[in-house]
Parts: sequence; C-alpha cells; structure tokens
Amino acid sequence: MSTGIESLPLWVQVPAAMLLVVGGLFALVGAVGMVRFGDFFMRLHAPTKASTLGVGGVLLASLLVSWARGQPGLHELLITLFLFVTAPVSANLMGMAALHLRVPSHAPLPPGQPQE
Amino acid sequence: MILAWALDFAILAIAVAVALCLWRLLRGPEITDRVLALDTLYINAVALAVLLGLRLNTLLLFEAALIIAMLGFVSTVALGRYLARGDVIE
Repeated sequence: MSTGIESLPLWVQVPAAMLLVVGGLFALVGAVGMVRFGDFFMRLHAPTKASTLGVGGVLLASLLVSWARGQPGLHELLITLFLFVTAPVSANLMGMAALHLRVPSHAPLPPGQPQE
Repeated sequence: MILAWALDFAILAIAVAVALCLWRLLRGPEITDRVLALDTLYINAVALAVLLGLRLNTLLLFEAALIIAMLGFVSTVALGRYLARGDVIE
C-alpha cells in the first residue's frame, strides 16, 4: 500500500487531496466532452483545455507532496512546464490539419455574412 | 487517509477518461478525431503515471511520465504535419 503518503502532515494532505479530486474531475470532463460534442472543431475545445487543467492539478498535488517530503520536485515542474507549452501548439496543428482536410463543421455562419 | 482516498478517486477518474479516449480513437469519424484522441490519451497517460508514482511511492515513474510527454508531443506534431502538408519534414 501507499507507505509514504500516510505519514505526511494534514496541512499537506488536505490541499493535495483537493487538487487531486479537482484534477481528476477536469480530466474526466475533458474526455466526456471529446466523446459527446458534435463535430471536430467542438471536440478540439474539450481535451485541450480541460484535460490540460486536470493534468496540471494532478501535477501540482504531486509537487506539493514531494516538497513536503523535502525533495526538489524537479520532475513535476518539468512535466508541467512541458505540457503547458506543448498543448496549445499541438491543438493549433490539429486545427490547421482539419482546416486543410476540410473536416465538416456544424457551426452556423456568423450573422451579416452573405449566405451561400 | 484522505490523500489515499483522493489518489484512488483520481486514478479511477483518469482511467475512465482513458477509456473514453479509446472509444473516440476507435470510433472517430475523421482522421483528425483519432489524432485528437491520441493526444488526449497521452496527456491522460502522463497523469496516470504520476498518480501511480505517488501511489507506489517510486520516483521511477516520473521519468516515464516525462518521456511519455515528450514522445507524445513529437508524435502529435508529426501526425499533424503529415495530415496538413503530406510529409513530416520537407
């Protein structure tokens, strides 16, 4: 079982637990949005924002635990930085690929535009 | 006590998220949907590796999470470039 976690003080355990629950819920919401939304451009919204936030919450909790143990927590900082830099780049690339492939969109035209 | 409970909850939530990503990966009507599902899948795999590293009390899995994050980003960029341009490096 988890040996090192139980011995941490309560003021570390409670914020870390809250961050873990919030992060897990956000990741779940992102995945549900990716399954439920109607077309690709809607689906691009859910994982790129909600899942990144969920992983950010989980990594912050891990960072808190490793700081409470007296470790520098360099791995978590690196992973957080890397994910937060790369997630918008990959989302932008996927959006450009979808525009290039002319993936169908259900969104209506903006008002004031000449209708085709 | 509360931290162990929250760890189990987060592992369960991320596991359900991975299952939903797999569903979209198998189902996805467009090729870009599948690429998006792969992208979300590796992000969730990073979270799962970090959570298991906390649960099993080992530092080894954090290295694995870092490598998954890097390789996942490179693979998403390669797939996106291939879909948009027709080749990865011209």
